[in-house]
Amino acid sequence: MDIEYKYGFVTPIASDVFPKGLSEEVIRAIWAKKQEPPFMLEFRLRAFRIWQQMEEPRWANIEYDPIDYQDISYYAEPQSKQQLDVPDEMDPEILKTLDRLGISLKEQVAIDVVFDSVSLGTTFQQKLMDQGVILCSISEAIRKYPELVQRYLGTVVPMKDNFFAALNSAVFSDGSFVYIPKGVRCPMELSTYFRINEKRIGQFERTLIIADDDSYVSYLEGCTAPAHDVNQLHAAVVELVARDRAEIKYSTVQNWYAGDPITGQGGIYNFVTKRGLCAGVQSKISWTQVEAGAAITWKYPSCILRGDHSVGAFYSVAMTNGKMQADTGTRMIHVGEHTRSTIVSKGISAGGSSNSYRGSVFIGPQAHHARNHSQCDSMLVGSRSSAHTFPTVKGTNATAQVEHEASVSRMNEEQIFYLQTRGLTKEDAIALIVNGFCKEVFCELPFEFAQEAQKLLALKLENCIG
Amino acid sequence: MLDISNLHVSIEGVPILQGFELSLPYGQVHAIMGPNGAGKSTLAKVLAGHPSYRIDAGEIRFKGKSLLDMQPEERSHFGLFMSFQYPLEIAGVSNELFLCSALNARNAANNRPQLSHEEFSLLLQQKMAKMQMRAEFKERSVNVGFSGGEKKRNEILQMAILEPDLAILDETDSGLDIDAMRIIADGVNDLHCPSRSMLVITHYQRLLDYIRPDRVHVMDKGKIVRSGGPELAKLLEEKGYEWI
Repeated sequence: MDIEYKYGFVTPIASDVFPKGLSEEVIRAIWAKKQEPPFMLEFRLRAFRIWQQMEEPRWANIEYDPIDYQDISYYAEPQSKQQLDVPDEMDPEILKTLDRLGISLKEQVAIDVVFDSVSLGTTFQQKLMDQGVILCSISEAIRKYPELVQRYLGTVVPMKDNFFAALNSAVFSDGSFVYIPKGVRCPMELSTYFRINEKRIGQFERTLIIADDDSYVSYLEGCTAPAHDVNQLHAAVVELVARDRAEIKYSTVQNWYAGDPITGQGGIYNFVTKRGLCAGVQSKISWTQVEAGAAITWKYPSCILRGDHSVGAFYSVAMTNGKMQADTGTRMIHVGEHTRSTIVSKGISAGGSSNSYRGSVFIGPQAHHARNHSQCDSMLVGSRSSAHTFPTVKGTNATAQVEHEASVSRMNEEQIFYLQTRGLTKEDAIALIVNGFCKEVFCELPFEFAQEAQKLLALKLENCIG
Repeated sequence: MLDISNLHVSIEGVPILQGFELSLPYGQVHAIMGPNGAGKSTLAKVLAGHPSYRIDAGEIRFKGKSLLDMQPEERSHFGLFMSFQYPLEIAGVSNELFLCSALNARNAANNRPQLSHEEFSLLLQQKMAKMQMRAEFKERSVNVGFSGGEKKRNEILQMAILEPDLAILDETDSGLDIDAMRIIADGVNDLHCPSRSMLVITHYQRLLDYIRPDRVHVMDKGKIVRSGGPELAKLLEEKGYEWI
């Protein structure tokens, strides 16, 4: 197995795992297990029927054998009840796992941990609630705040949006729910850690974040999984809604198990639909992602800029090595007037991997004076990897301004040698080069996260070079 | 300072250095001249520890220690510096951050205290003024968008910051006009002192008008074929390498 992947261990705990297969009965069973209100059963079944009519998309620049959706289990949870806010009663194996993953429950970050199909609960709930901020698992939200969930769920990513969104809408198990009330600046960073532990399950994360008028929230997510020799599916849907003058910063450091670097066996298939709606005037949504793992990444965090003067941003570092394949990018959909968007994409391809940027900018007929700036840079490491860029612009407004810049460079042994002769170790040299290349994206991450991401990329690239 | 004996080096099976010998005492400046393909740049890279070259035989001793098992960064920490003929570009990394990381890495390896950002900034300012470099070069990415002359000046700036015991200048004069050459030569001469040695590798004699060597060696086909005083460089200039 891949020795560079230090999160590849399995937590030895007893779990209840659904038998493999997908049917209406399975969906009813998930619904019952989660004790959801009736509207959710209807939602799930409708999605399931839509999904059955759809076909898996094949337009991305990735290759894989067909996924057998009947060969996956759609639900797994630890047998004993786990509560993050009462660590004393938690399974010691899970506590050990959190420790090995570097998750601290005491830091000044409110955290939700989703382990296979269930949330282990969230920390700092009371402190947040004092300000009216809700951070809980989506399952809890469905039970406790059904009106809020019903009002927003599926409004940004409709269930018929795409094959994986439909599947997720039918079977999603857990994820986070955040609500920031009017005028509140969320007092701490919120974060969710996704962990897949069981071998034969798919994880169907669903996250919904609503920032009401004049509010602000910064949300971080991290993901890892054990090194199993079979492919596992992670099909997530994340919806963000920013109302008038609200701002949401959403950051991801994705480090799923990427499969064996030589044979390509195993690894997570990461099919994710993330979209934010800038519903209100002067609202702002920014996606920052560091995609460093997964066998396949298929992910396009997007913004619908509906409110006038709203702002969307996408800052991305996608690193592939071994046999990894990434097809990732964004869509900026300009609807309102004076809407602005920024795209900064940094692709690093090493080993025998393939790395594609796919982005589209749409300027609607009413999007007067809309502006977009896109910058896509690719860095090749070694000689067997490939980088691709697929940018599209669909503009229908004469007052709009769209700019696109792109570059391709190569990190080579000479650069590393040059830095070494000035006294830097090989590791530090690689880190410095990568950090320089990704600077504009790392600047957008919270400080500790940026450092973490920097180390992660350097570690993954070390063995790819000479 | 530097003793090279019977050095044989090859790259991908092709021999480049074939029985190279050199002894460079403390405080001296030696020049290595020779036609293209003589192995001059290979010598510089081998001394700095480039991973592509294979040492087939021989020994390199620097300050009494063998360099052969040392990583490039360890050689740097130990006081060796090579100015590149073609300095590399590092996008997104400011010159200041790069130089500060390099100096602090060297300090750490030699159990010397780390410089704070402010201390380093001050030091850099002084050294840059000497090299007549504008302040904007602090913020600019390492060598990105630099002219040929600016890159060479940046190399000498790095040398001035790192204060090596042995400086190897590989074709530092190539691509320079007279003014730039004078500034660079001044920078090099400033660093010259009894405890520091220099190895100046050059194709042309003109740099040696500014940096006076104690000895001149002529290299051909991977080894030194003739040695002499500064007058040897003049002779070469007049008669060409054919004369050797």
